[in-house]
Amino acid sequence: MKAYLSVFRLRLTNVMQYRTAALAGVVTQFFWGFIIIMVFEAFYSSSVVSPPISLEQLITYVWLQQAFLAFVMLWFRDNELFELITTGNIAYELCRPSGIYGLWYAKLLAQRLASALLRCLPILGVALLLPEPYRLPLPANPLAFLMFILALLFGLFMMVSLSMLMYISVFVTLSPAGSMLMFAVVGEFLAGMVIPVPLMPEWLQSIVYVLPFRWTADFPFRVYSGHIGLEEAAVGIAIQLIWLTALVGIGRFAMAKALRNVVVNGG
Amino acid sequence: MRLYSKYVGVLFKSQMQYRTSFWLLALGQFLVPFSVFAGLYFLFARFGQIKGWEFHEVALCFSIIHMSYAISECFARGFDSFSVLVGNGDFDRVLVRPRSTVLQVLGSKFEFSRVGKLAQSMIVLGWATSQLSTEWTILKVLVLVLMIVSGVFVFTGIFMLAATMCFWTVQGLEIANIFTDGGREMAQYPLNIYQKWVTRFFTFVIPFGCVNYLPLLYLLDKSTGNPLPYILAPLAGILFIAPCLLVWHTGVRHYRSTGS
Repeated sequence: MKAYLSVFRLRLTNVMQYRTAALAGVVTQFFWGFIIIMVFEAFYSSSVVSPPISLEQLITYVWLQQAFLAFVMLWFRDNELFELITTGNIAYELCRPSGIYGLWYAKLLAQRLASALLRCLPILGVALLLPEPYRLPLPANPLAFLMFILALLFGLFMMVSLSMLMYISVFVTLSPAGSMLMFAVVGEFLAGMVIPVPLMPEWLQSIVYVLPFRWTADFPFRVYSGHIGLEEAAVGIAIQLIWLTALVGIGRFAMAKALRNVVVNGG
Repeated sequence: MRLYSKYVGVLFKSQMQYRTSFWLLALGQFLVPFSVFAGLYFLFARFGQIKGWEFHEVALCFSIIHMSYAISECFARGFDSFSVLVGNGDFDRVLVRPRSTVLQVLGSKFEFSRVGKLAQSMIVLGWATSQLSTEWTILKVLVLVLMIVSGVFVFTGIFMLAATMCFWTVQGLEIANIFTDGGREMAQYPLNIYQKWVTRFFTFVIPFGCVNYLPLLYLLDKSTGNPLPYILAPLAGILFIAPCLLVWHTGVRHYRSTGS
């Protein structure tokens, strides 16, 4: 456990070095958020039917999504891990006395956490103070906020275990770019990153609800805005936990299998 | 020009070495805008229209901006990843050769896998034009082509400006993405759905509005009064490259080598 913690801490300080880059990212995400909100505003202003999610809840969705982008993006690649696999340096990793799954998990987790810590506070801070139509509202109630934090954290754990599966697939394909890009595009769409899940047509929603992706982004954001009630949220968190154990289990199993057949590349 | 085609030929051969990876990447490139388009479709399925614009009209807008983005990403990738060239001092080599710097940087990279993106936007364009009820004249087709060309010039210009900044900062700046990725994201809808200040900025400072919104009004017979300014609007996008070239040349003069 101590080894994992120190890997985690190392990564955290490493990412924290790039503060200027993070600032540039914050500005970009602000612009992005504004565009998306303006587009939805235009859609809502000319809408005749009443949509299944209010504009205010939608704006919350958008800002949270921008603030916690590092948590909810599938496409958050760590080139170092790829290089380990494709250059053959994985051999060194295998010599280490701690489990490789846990080690990489800690690495990926720290990277996302650090990147989000740098970005979420400025974005949330400013978004809370913006003039009216764009302002990020406060959480529906204190309990909902607590639930949101929990859901977000479990969502993050789920996201890391999902991306672990992507890294493990590189053992088989050896070429990360193509297959991962496809996986990421489909996964992000199903997580509600392109358009929010409540705005999707019924048939697509029923697909989304059986897959793990929406639990990482869509679910916590809607808990915050109160679009998902407290009881439903509690059940949701339980489902998240079940998914998490399943994903970690599959990941460990696949990793063990891949390592048994691993061919160390390079020399 | 002959030199440039030689550059491209060499790059084509080198990228074809990894054929499976290439096709997978191209397929991925196809899927990225496709998922955005699917999102657009679902939104219209839910709301019907956006400030009086129909789905196929917005689809036309979408396909034009995505097509020009894909083409300029193909060509101007060298500028997009320019910070690497400055960072490791390789730009020195470019400077000592007796050819123009713009040509060499353009020829340093060429992303063939962007054909995936291009194919996607072409399909959308074909579909959107088949849905339109307007009558097509030669002039209108000409304007359509001009719109795409103009978009390519605008994006290339922005890539160039971003690359020029590297002369001072050495590192690449994510900020430039606001105007490339962000500009594309924004210009996929007709500009008049946004707040006034956004519309103004992206018409007069960075002429995305001239690339698709203004000429689109003409194509769809939505313009009022004299159509000439609407027809000529894409030319403004092409002119945008001139100040960018100027800034680039000033940047080159300021270049101080890094690395060893």
